[in-house]
Parts: sequence; structure tokens; C-alpha cells
Amino acid sequence: MAAPAAPLIAFRDVRRVYGTGEAEVRALDGVSLSIARGEFVAIMGPSGSGKSTAMNIIGCLDRPSSGDYLFAGTPVQGLSNDQRALLRRHALGFVFQGFNLLARTSALENVELPLIYKGLPRDERKARARAALAKVGLQGREDHDPSQLSGGQQQRVAIARALAGDPTVILADEPTGNLDSHRSHEIMQLLQRLNREEGITIVMVTHEEDIAAYAGRLLVFVDGHLARDVPQEPRG
Amino acid sequence: MLWETVRLAFTAIIRNKLRSFLTVLGVVIGVAAVIAMVTIGRGSSQSVTASVEALGANVLVVRPGQRMMGPPTGADAPRFDLKDAEALGELSSVAAVAPSVTSSQTVVAGNANAATQIVGTTAAYLTVQNWPLAMGRAFSDGEVQAGSAVCVLGQTVRATLFGSGDPIGQTLRIKGVSCEVIGVLAAKGAGSFGQDQDDVLLMPARTVQRRLEGDSDVNSISVALRQQATSEEGVRQVSEFLRERRRIGLGQRDNFSVTDMKEFANVLSGVNAVLTSLLSAVAAVSLLVGGIGIMNIMLVSVTERTREIGIRLAVGATSGQVLQQFLVEAVVLSVLGGALGIAAGLGLAWGGSVFMSIPFAPSAPVVALAFVFSAVVGVVFGYFPARSAARLDPIEALRHQ
Repeated sequence: MAAPAAPLIAFRDVRRVYGTGEAEVRALDGVSLSIARGEFVAIMGPSGSGKSTAMNIIGCLDRPSSGDYLFAGTPVQGLSNDQRALLRRHALGFVFQGFNLLARTSALENVELPLIYKGLPRDERKARARAALAKVGLQGREDHDPSQLSGGQQQRVAIARALAGDPTVILADEPTGNLDSHRSHEIMQLLQRLNREEGITIVMVTHEEDIAAYAGRLLVFVDGHLARDVPQEPRG
Repeated sequence: MLWETVRLAFTAIIRNKLRSFLTVLGVVIGVAAVIAMVTIGRGSSQSVTASVEALGANVLVVRPGQRMMGPPTGADAPRFDLKDAEALGELSSVAAVAPSVTSSQTVVAGNANAATQIVGTTAAYLTVQNWPLAMGRAFSDGEVQAGSAVCVLGQTVRATLFGSGDPIGQTLRIKGVSCEVIGVLAAKGAGSFGQDQDDVLLMPARTVQRRLEGDSDVNSISVALRQQATSEEGVRQVSEFLRERRRIGLGQRDNFSVTDMKEFANVLSGVNAVLTSLLSAVAAVSLLVGGIGIMNIMLVSVTERTREIGIRLAVGATSGQVLQQFLVEAVVLSVLGGALGIAAGLGLAWGGSVFMSIPFAPSAPVVALAFVFSAVVGVVFGYFPARSAARLDPIEALRHQ
């Protein structure tokens, strides 16, 4: 797609403004950053700092009001809704705080979901979904409903779903927010392993220092600005 | 992808069996009503046509007085008698003539009794009515001339008085008159108005006149026309003959009426068709209401499934695919409802046709039309909710609780 030197994710003076006049809120106020392929980046910041907005823009769920967002060298703001859906389908995987699994739908079918939209034949879908569940340590739980799984297991299913689409980037929005500290560390070790062994770029929003410590780089947002951007020695 | 969506829709429908059923109940009832109405309407039309065909050659019924127009004049119009019937039989377009002298009486046989319609007539009655005997014989000319006390039973009267026993040679009592049973008519079933045509007892005309009614009046005369004579010719010839015979001057109104039974049956068929289309139209409105029901539930379902839609959008579904999913779900639902409605409608129509003893006459084009229409209902009323699902903002949808 792009020259190897181009960063995977690049913001150039990105602004995101909600509302107009008195009610105007500048969620992002001129942010520039770049993330290279294979990085594990944690984004921190108080609520209202713009970290979630940044995440939504990276995830092609939202568009900057001004400035450029380039994904693998391609300007995303020029893409149509459908083109951004295709980008999500082929390059991005999402992991949410609330897991966001389909209720009354087995783990296997949940993991299959992105593969249905990729148009894979049934057999291949099943095989890849099983492989993804095995990677997150859930072999044998394929037929369980989300309600039959613990929070940690549900988040593993969600990670398997993100993984099944063979993404370049996994975007994790407070992935441990609903988990106890033991499960949290297990999930973080899983994400770290995927980053190291599969070479998947991971961008994670969190407000917990010890969770952010698993990343190799820390971005801190304050009032819509990127306040700090520091590399760190990942724990574990 | 489409097949995948259809499979997905089935899964979603089966997961919520009760709600899915309630959603399509309107369409089920609408389709069932249309199918039942049309099928029963066709059945009763066929039954009218069949009873017209059972009349055999074209039959005219002649009565004293004018029945259709103005104030009833029947009361003071001169009656017909048996000589009038005989004279009508001489006309060139007439094949057979049967007078009817009617009298409502209670008939007693042993311990059993039956209130029935007595028809005093001649042996020609069976020819004119195209009505065969099940057993025994009809009146002989001698018995008709003499006014003998003999009778032929309709099936209903036979069943009431004698059950399954053999009535031939048995004696009945009617208003103090003893009467020997000489024959039994074949079963004829319900008439065009649903009346029981087998609830009848035939006697020679003179017998009824002398012994039961005490006068020489004839209530009506049935005239069977020859094959080659058209009913217009027949009606004209009979009318002209009767005007002359009853000395009606030029410009004076007829004091009798001539009813063409085939014409009458056609009118009945027409009324039937109008009623059928009217009821079908009402049923079609209920189908429309059923469609609105689907739209309602689908809209609720979009709200309920907002997060699911958000998840699908996040993993890479385009809004077109979300639209397709909800549209397919609505169509699958309404098509299932249509199929259920067709089954229910045919069942209802079958039950109705047995109950009303008319033929069961399902119409393939109507069934196909109802099916297509229910699919169209799904598309039309599924589109609006599907569009609102497709237009959801993924961020908002994911945040929805």
C-alpha cells in the first residue's frame, strides 16, 4: 500500500470539534502523532481529555473536523462510509471495555462475525474462528454463550473476534475496565503476546498505570492536546 | 452473502419464536382471511352454477301476480289452475309442464311426525326438476287424474319418518288423509339459498287441492323449455299466450310473472361475486394492518438491537449490509406469516365448505398472489426500520445500553 518508511497511523494537526458557538467542544485540538507498525501504545488521560475521540478516529468510526489522518499512507478523511467500513473489516480489530459480544450467540459464532462480512466460505470461517479461540486459550468453549462465560473469558472471545479478521491493528478501549486485577493481567499478557508473536500493532486506552505499563510507549492526553509521548520499558 | 443473511434471519426468528409469531400474526390473519374469503366465494359460485346445471333444460316458473315491481298485486290477481298448466304444455317451445300446489302440513307416520312442504304436482315434475327417484315409482297418469292418496318422499322426510327403514307401501296421515308411500326422491342437497330441498313431499295436484287446500288453485307452474328454444323465446311465447288466455288488454300490466331460473341463478352468481370481492377487500385491509404491525415490531427491534448493530458496524459491516439484514429479516418473517396464513386460510375454507356443503375450491393464482403480497408487505414495511438501523452512528450504537 505505502512506502515502508510511512508510519501505520499518522495524525497531522487533527482537530475534532463538537457543536458550534457557545456550546463548542474541542475534543481534539491540533494533535499530531505517528505510530509505527508493530508498536504497542497505551493512551492515558483524564476523562474529557480526548483519548476516546482519538481512538474513534483511529478506528475509522469518527472523522476529524480538520487535519489529516493517514492510515498506512492513505488519507482516511477522504473515504466514504462504506470505504471506512471496508478498512475496519480488513485492517482493524476492536476490543471494548464492555466486551460487546452478541447475546444468545455462541462464542464461535461471535468470532465468526467479522469473517461473514469478509465473505469467507462457511468451512473456512469455522476453522479460522476455532483457531482464533484456541489462540486466546478458549478451545472447548466454542459452543458456550457469553452468559455462560466469565468476564475474562468473554473478553478473550472479544479478542479472538478481533484476531479472526487477521487485523493489522487491534484497538482496545479500556479492555480491562470490567475485570478484576488477576483477569486484567491475564488479558494484558495475552495482548502483549499477540503484539510480540503475531506482530499486531496494538493501541489501547486505559486509565490504570499498571495496565499501561504493558505497552512500549505511553501517550498522555490533556484537554485535547497530546501532553506527553514517551517510550517505556514494558513490564512482564 | 444473501444466503448467509437469510440463514441469519432464520436464526434470529427462531431465537424469538413467540415474538416472531406475534409480529406476523397480523399478516397471518390477513392472508388467512383473504384466502378463506376467496376460496369460499368460489365454492359457493360453483355450487350456484352446479344447481343451475342441475335444472337441466332451461326452466321458467310462472306465478300469478307481479312480484318484482310496485305494490304486491298477487293477492287479487286471478289464480292459475290445472287447465292453465295443461294449456301451456301445448306451446311449441315447451317440453314439459309441472304445476305446483303447495301446502305446509304436518305428516304423521306411526309415532314419528314431520312438518314439511307438500307439493301437489304431476309425474312431469321429476322431469322438469331433473330429479331422479331413489326407489319406488312416480305417480301414474291415472293416479294424477283421479287424485289418489299416494305420495313420493324427499330424503329428509323419509329419514325423519322412517329412519333407515323401507318406506315403500307404508301409510302416512296428513290432516286426516291416509296416504300410501310409492316412491322416494334422490337426495338433492342444499339449494341456492342454503334451504334443504329434500324437505319435501310430492302428491298428485288434485289430491292436495281437494283434500288439503279445498280449492282448485295452482301456486306456480314450472315450464321446461325445449333444447332448441332460447329462454327469451320461451318467456315471450309463454307471456303472450298467458296474456291472451287471461284476457289482458293492450297497455295493461301482466297479472302474472314469468321467472327465468337460469337468469335468476346468474343474478345470484353476480351477487355472490360482489360479496366475495367486498369481503376480500376488507380482508386485504387487515393484511395492510398486519404489515404496519410488522413495521412496528421491527422498529422496536432496531432500538433493542442498537448495540448489535454497532458491533456489526465496528467489525466491518457496511450500512448497506445492515439494511439488507433487517430487510431480509422482515421479508422472511412476513413470508413465513404468509405461508402460515395460506395454510390457515385453506383450512378455514375447507371447514367452511364442509359446513355449508359447497365445493372446496382453492385458487392457485390467489394463493400465489397472497404469498407474493405478503413478501411485498415485508419489503415495504421492513424498509423503514431497516433504513433507520443502517443510519445508526456506530459510536452512538456501541455506547447504547
